[in-house]
Amino acid sequence: MTLTLEHISKNVGADTHLYDLSLNLEPGLNVLLGPTQAGKTSIMRIMAGLDKPTLGRLLIDGRDMTGVAVQKRSVAFVYQQFVNYPSFTVFDNIASPLRLKGSSQDEIKQQVQSVAEMMHIDHLLDRLPAALSGGQQQRTAIARALVKQADLLLLDEPLVNLDYKLREELRAEMLEIFTRRNSVVVYATTEPLEALMLGGVTSVMDAGRLLQTGSTLEVYHRPLNVRVAEVFSDPPMNLIPAQVQNGSNGLSAKLSSGIEFSLPEHMRLLAPGAYKFGIRANHAKLTPSGSSINLPAKVELADISGSETYVHASSHDLRMVVQLTGVHSFGLHQEITVALEPSRLFAFDGGGVLQASPNRNSSVPAKVVA
Amino acid sequence: MARIEFENLAHSYKTNPQQPSDYALQKIELTWRDGGAYALLGPSGCGKTTLLNIISGLVRPSQGRVLFDGRDMTDLPTEKRNIAQVFQFPVIYDTMSVFDNLAFPLRNRGMNETDTRKRVLEIAELLELSSDLKIRASGLSADIKQKISLGRGLVRSDVAAILFDEPLTVIDPNLKWLLRSKLKQIHQQLKLTLIYVTHDQIEALTFADSVVVMYDGAIVQVGTPQELFERPKHTFVGYFIGSPGMNLLDCTLEHDNAVVDGQHIKLEAGLAAKITTSGGELKIGIRPEFLGYAQEAQTNAINAQIERVDDLGNYKIATAKLGTQTLKLKLEEDAQISSGAGWLVFPPERLMLYQNGRVVE
Repeated sequence: MTLTLEHISKNVGADTHLYDLSLNLEPGLNVLLGPTQAGKTSIMRIMAGLDKPTLGRLLIDGRDMTGVAVQKRSVAFVYQQFVNYPSFTVFDNIASPLRLKGSSQDEIKQQVQSVAEMMHIDHLLDRLPAALSGGQQQRTAIARALVKQADLLLLDEPLVNLDYKLREELRAEMLEIFTRRNSVVVYATTEPLEALMLGGVTSVMDAGRLLQTGSTLEVYHRPLNVRVAEVFSDPPMNLIPAQVQNGSNGLSAKLSSGIEFSLPEHMRLLAPGAYKFGIRANHAKLTPSGSSINLPAKVELADISGSETYVHASSHDLRMVVQLTGVHSFGLHQEITVALEPSRLFAFDGGGVLQASPNRNSSVPAKVVA
Repeated sequence: MARIEFENLAHSYKTNPQQPSDYALQKIELTWRDGGAYALLGPSGCGKTTLLNIISGLVRPSQGRVLFDGRDMTDLPTEKRNIAQVFQFPVIYDTMSVFDNLAFPLRNRGMNETDTRKRVLEIAELLELSSDLKIRASGLSADIKQKISLGRGLVRSDVAAILFDEPLTVIDPNLKWLLRSKLKQIHQQLKLTLIYVTHDQIEALTFADSVVVMYDGAIVQVGTPQELFERPKHTFVGYFIGSPGMNLLDCTLEHDNAVVDGQHIKLEAGLAAKITTSGGELKIGIRPEFLGYAQEAQTNAINAQIERVDDLGNYKIATAKLGTQTLKLKLEEDAQISSGAGWLVFPPERLMLYQNGRVVE
C-alpha cells in the first residue's frame, strides 16, 4: 500500500503541532528523525487514525481515509513505554490482536509461536509482563504489533528506554524482520546514528515542520539547510562563520579569528558574502595536514563512548567537537590544534540554505580506521 | 575523604550459602584510592547495587571486612559511616530555598553560619546554581532539583566518600554532557573520593579515572577507560564496551597461532605458551576498529566471506564470516569494500586471547 499525507496541519488549542505537511510513504522503512517536540508522535497518531488533522487529507492507495477510525484500518503501533496487558501472559498479550480478529485456536498458537521465536521470547510465553526485564517487555509489545501483519507498522522511539547493548541487538533483529515484510514501516527516532543504521528513507522534522525527505544517506550527505544538518548530526556539526571574498588568488574565505584560506574545488562557485561553514565532528582532526585549516583550541571535556572519544573544545569564539576513534584522555583546558580539511566543508548561506557540500566520489582504498 | 578497602569480601542474600551461584557478590579484594574518581559499571543484576549498599552500610557483607583508612567499618550502621549519597531521583526539601537545601547537611553537622555560607556559595558556583539560591525548591524543574541533590552530596568536605547512584537518570539527554563535564571538573577541584554507579558506558568512561566493571556478581576488570577499550581483561568487557563490541571467535591453538576454521591467525610471540592449564574454552578477540581489510591476498591475511556492508554515513560496518563465525569490521566512510571474498588482517598486537572468558597475558 501507499500512504499519502496531503497538506496536513494540526492545531491543539492555540498551539500548532504540525504545519502543512505533505509526504508519500511506500512499503519499506521510513524513518522520522527529529528532536523532541518535532511533531513525530503527532503525525504518527494521524497516520494511525488515532487523531484527526485540523486541515489536510490522508490517502491510502489513493482513497481518502482521513476520518476513518483506527479500528477500521490495518495498523499496529509500538510506543516507547512498554505497553502490555499486565494481567495477560506473554502468550495472551501477543495473541490478543488475533483473538480480536477471530482467528482459530490453531492459527493463534502457530502464529504466536512463530513471532515469539523471531523476537526470542518463545521461552517466556507463560510469564506475566511484571516478571520480565524491560527488554523482554518491549520484545513482547513488538511481537504483538508484528503478529497483526498490519499494512502500516508505526514504531515511536521503541528502543529509547533500553540499555544500549540491548538496543543494538533488538535494532538488528527488527531490521531483519522489517526487510522481510511488505508493510509501510514508520520508525521515529531522535538519534541520527539510529536513522543511519535503519537506512531506508528519512524524513527530517523539527518544530512541527517537515524539513527534508530522501534516502537516508542522501539526506545525511546533502542536508538542504543548516537545521537539517544540525538535527542529523550527533555529535553536533561544527558551524563556523566565514566571509567569502574575491582575492588576488581567486576566491578565499576568512574566519572570525582572522584565518584565511583559498576555497576548495567544491566551493568554487560560491558568491562572495557571509556563510556558515559546517564540518562533521569525525572530519575534524587533531593532527594538521598540508591542506588543513588549523585552529588553536582548548579542551573542555572528552566524552568517551567506548569506541569513540568526543573532544569538546573552544577555539576563539567557537565551540568545536572532534570525534576520535578509540579512547583518548585529555586534561582540562589542554591546548590542542583542531585541523579541518577544506574538502570536507559544507557551506550554508546567510539564510542557512546549503550552497555547497563535499564531493562524495573520492575513492580511497579500504583500510582500518584506527 | 578516605581510602576504602574490601578485604576478602563476599555476599550472599541466602542464610546458608553452599555454592558460588548462591552469592550475589563473589569474593572481592579491592582498594578505592583516597580522592579517586571511580565508576562502577555493569548491566542490571550484576551486583553493583549490592556493592554500593555494602559501602554505605545498608547491607552487611556475609563475609570479609570493609575498611575506611584502615578502620574496620563492617559492623557500623550507615549514619556512622560518614558517606554522602546522591540517588537517581532528586531528594530535597521542597519547602526550603535552594540555599537552605544546600546548607542543610552542614548546619546539621553544627557548622557555623559563616563557614556554611562560604561553602554553599562555592558549591552553588560550581554547579551554576548561584542565581537560584533564594528560590524555593518546589517550583523548580527536575534538572535543577537533581543539581541541588548533587550539591547536597558534594557540600560536605568531611565525608569519607560520595556515592552517586545513576545520578543523571532524570536529566534531559541534551544537558547530560554538560553535567558530566561539571562533575568531572568538580572532582578535579575538590579531590573527593567519588564512586559513580551506572549502566551507561558513556557516563562511566567520561567521568571516571578508574572503571570497575562488574558482571554476574564478580569484578571482571578495574582499569582506565583506555585499558577497557584496548585490552579488555574479560570477554564481557570486550562485548560491553564499544559499539559494535569486540569480535570473539572460538579457536584452537597451534604453536604461536590461533586456528579458526582451519586458518592460522598469528598471535603475539609467546602468548600461546602462557596458557598453563589445559582445557576450557579458548577465544580470540579483536575490536572491529582494529581488524584490517584487504581486497587481495597478502601475507598473514585470512580469507573470509564479506556478507554485507552497511554504510552508516561517517563509517562503514562490514559483516564477515569465517566459517560459521561472524565478525564485524569498522571501516572509514570512503573505504572500498564489497560483498564476496575478502581478506582480513589481524594485527597481532591488537589480538587478545581468552581462556574461559579471562585474558591470557
